Amino acid sequence: MKLDLGKYAFEVLTSYGVSLGLIALLVGVSVARARRVRAELAKVEKRLKPHG
Amino acid sequence: MSIWEYANPVKFIRTTDLVLPWIAAGAAICLVTGLIWGVFFTPDDYRQGSTVKIFYIHVPAAMMAINAWAMMLVASLIWIIRRHHVSALAARAAAPVGATFTVIALATGALWGQPMWGTWWAWDPRLTSFLVLFLFYLGYMALWSAIENDDTAADLTSILCLVGSVFAILSRYAVLFWNQGLHQGASLSMDAAENVADVFWYPALVCIAGFVLLFVALVFLRTQTEIRARRARALLARERQS
Repeated sequence: MKLDLGKYAFEVLTSYGVSLGLIALLVGVSVARARRVRAELAKVEKRLKPHG
Repeated sequence: MSIWEYANPVKFIRTTDLVLPWIAAGAAICLVTGLIWGVFFTPDDYRQGSTVKIFYIHVPAAMMAINAWAMMLVASLIWIIRRHHVSALAARAAAPVGATFTVIALATGALWGQPMWGTWWAWDPRLTSFLVLFLFYLGYMALWSAIENDDTAADLTSILCLVGSVFAILSRYAVLFWNQGLHQGASLSMDAAENVADVFWYPALVCIAGFVLLFVALVFLRTQTEIRARRARALLARERQS
């Protein structure tokens, strides 16, 4: 698995770096918000449960 | 069984909870396989050199940037016609994913364009319509955030989505409409004579499958989150009233 990108190494590697970085950020933010909202809803439901 | 059963938020969350891990795993497998295949095991193009490897991320991202808006359009129409909250929330959930894919397409396009065209950017029909599509994504997300009432926000963003669909279509067909500019026509075609060579086509297909699965997984996850956030807001509002 030898990678020789020649004179275009900067363009190719930057493309992959930017893209994979953005995808990782999107996945990370989505998972973190999903966990936070799930926990918040559980807290609200627990607090309101005695009142029906 | 009807597809409208999934308009029930509880049914939607229960069903997507079951399939989400499999779709996410499929996305990861396809992306890792497709990108490694494309980067390490395909030859350089005789004219474009190693920049052809940008193809495996640029084309799937650009396809999904447009298809995400198309999905938002369908979800918005369902909201407008049938008033299913899950569809409006699914459209909201898809917007940041589509916007991210649009940024990836624009950034990788600039990085590919510089060595091939001699410029990072040109006011070419396809590039310009893609930039406008990105601005529509930003406007759509801003509108959702700016309006407190969920139903009003869903109504107004659905209308914005219908208007923005013009640019989603232009992004796809701008090259054919104007037949000018730097960007070439479609790289992928069902016509074997026009399609890229098989050596590039097969890993690209795996990458496209990876992007589609990633999009579906993220939309499912984010729609679940929007449903829960909406329920939390409703419960808190009820608490304030009582």
